[in-house]
Amino acid sequence: MRRRRTAGVLSGTIAIIVSAVVFLVPFAFIVLTASKTRGEAALREFTLPTEWAIWENFLAVIRERDYMLLGAFVNSTILTVASVAVMVVLAAMVGYVMQRRPNRLTPWLNALVLAGLIIPPAVVPTIWVLQGLGLFRTLHGLVLIEVAYGLSFCVLLFRAFVATIPRELDEAAVIDGAGPVRLFFQVVFPLLRSVIVTAVIVQSVAVFNDFQNPLYFLPGDDHATVQLTLYNFRSQYTTEWNLLFMDILLITIPPLVMYAFFNRQIVAGLTSGAIKG
Amino acid sequence: MATTATAAPPRRRRGHRSHYPLWFYLPAGVVYGVLFIAPTIASFYFAFTRWNLSGTEFIGFENFALFFSEPYLFQGLVNTFVYGVLTSGLKVVLGLLLAVFLTSQIIARGYLRSVVFFPTLVSTVGVGITFTVLMDPGDGLVNQALALFGVDGPGWLTDPSLALISVALVDVWKGVGLATLIYIAGVVAIPQEYFEAARVDGATSAQRLRHITLPLMRPATATVIVLSLIGGLRSFDLIWAMTQGGPGFTSDVVASVIFKQYQAGFWGLSSAGNVVLFLIVAAFMVPLYWKLNRKEVDR
Repeated sequence: MRRRRTAGVLSGTIAIIVSAVVFLVPFAFIVLTASKTRGEAALREFTLPTEWAIWENFLAVIRERDYMLLGAFVNSTILTVASVAVMVVLAAMVGYVMQRRPNRLTPWLNALVLAGLIIPPAVVPTIWVLQGLGLFRTLHGLVLIEVAYGLSFCVLLFRAFVATIPRELDEAAVIDGAGPVRLFFQVVFPLLRSVIVTAVIVQSVAVFNDFQNPLYFLPGDDHATVQLTLYNFRSQYTTEWNLLFMDILLITIPPLVMYAFFNRQIVAGLTSGAIKG
Repeated sequence: MATTATAAPPRRRRGHRSHYPLWFYLPAGVVYGVLFIAPTIASFYFAFTRWNLSGTEFIGFENFALFFSEPYLFQGLVNTFVYGVLTSGLKVVLGLLLAVFLTSQIIARGYLRSVVFFPTLVSTVGVGITFTVLMDPGDGLVNQALALFGVDGPGWLTDPSLALISVALVDVWKGVGLATLIYIAGVVAIPQEYFEAARVDGATSAQRLRHITLPLMRPATATVIVLSLIGGLRSFDLIWAMTQGGPGFTSDVVASVIFKQYQAGFWGLSSAGNVVLFLIVAAFMVPLYWKLNRKEVDR
């Protein structure tokens, strides 16, 4: 037993060192470069800054291009909150009816749901559809896009979870006089709380970090999301590495906070189905 | 429950009274149908047209012929395979090893799990820009570190034969946490009795890994392969943030070709790229899905 414990300490120590080099150094590099002055950051070395300019850089990156980053954070927040809220409610309705009322069409619906997970979205035809609807280059257009692309994952989560809620509960509510809408929104939906939290967190991180869809469907500076500011800053300020890395640092913080508070739900969401396959 | 003999009329009536109304499908179905299904179907039409600002013109298979004849398009096709297989293979191997290690009796397990997992949640573009700087051939940190050991580091992103692999390695760095997490869930679900029984029979830890853990990891492996292939074949963000398909077009994948052709105004060709990507993903997924399902039945 003692030998196993010392082996655990030894390999654990080695692992801590290796993980620090492989995983923490890149993050440390972001933080250090974000705290350097412009000249020093341009050297792109992994050293402590001789002069800490983290606050100055923070203010500078916020003021950059007429407070574009603040606007981008607002846009990203609206995008994330709106699309995840809509996605979760719509997917819960679908998952619930799919589980409770199987019929001949259910296999086809299943195939459609899986298609959403697998098929890469057709970009230009989507833009064509959005233009036809007058939604291209609008934030609510992008919200609907994110909803459409995120539905599949959520439907699968909800359908699996609804199966664990006993039907007797539905029947009791119906006997008490609840209509279908009330039955779902006041009886079933609140019981989905734990899986709702999982879906919300996993999808928030995904939407917040999404780069490809804003790039295609919301181009330009007017409604830039935070991921796009990174891209825009990079192409226009190739010499201001301190500001670019400050931007990266700021964008990394929201997922970090999410992880700190909700790591159990994130893990539950991402590993659901891992055991059963 | 379903009474197939008394077909349509009773079912319809029951439908009206159901507590599970079908119109619950409607809102999701409209969004999904209009913004995902319809464009996907439309792409199969547009792929056969020359489509640009001046309109569409049906040209048959010309776009697809281009994909196989033009080197800058065909390279993207090949790279998509390489990238998808490489990233998903490495994620399986490394994820499994990490998971076995992180479920053993070591110190700082929680810390190590968090550190390995966290890159999964970080912005892909941010990671891409950071590693572009770190992998700089001259003053990048990676090559400076290698120089300490007397190794002359290559031009990770500037060498045409290496650029794609470098991006794939960063993809693995970022995504291996998810694979590890899935494997950890699988390892933890193995009943401890199996290991105890094996230990009583005198199995070494290597034998326990080979004969208990690995066979029982098959469902987790399936999940990891499916997820990482879907992600890897469609991968765009990281490649675009790091090399934009360069140098030249040596690290282009189909997803970046789609974007380039879209920007250049060749919308028909871009849509054909989508169809090609669709076919590639299907070519991987259909046999995989079929095989995995059959395994399920066999057991």
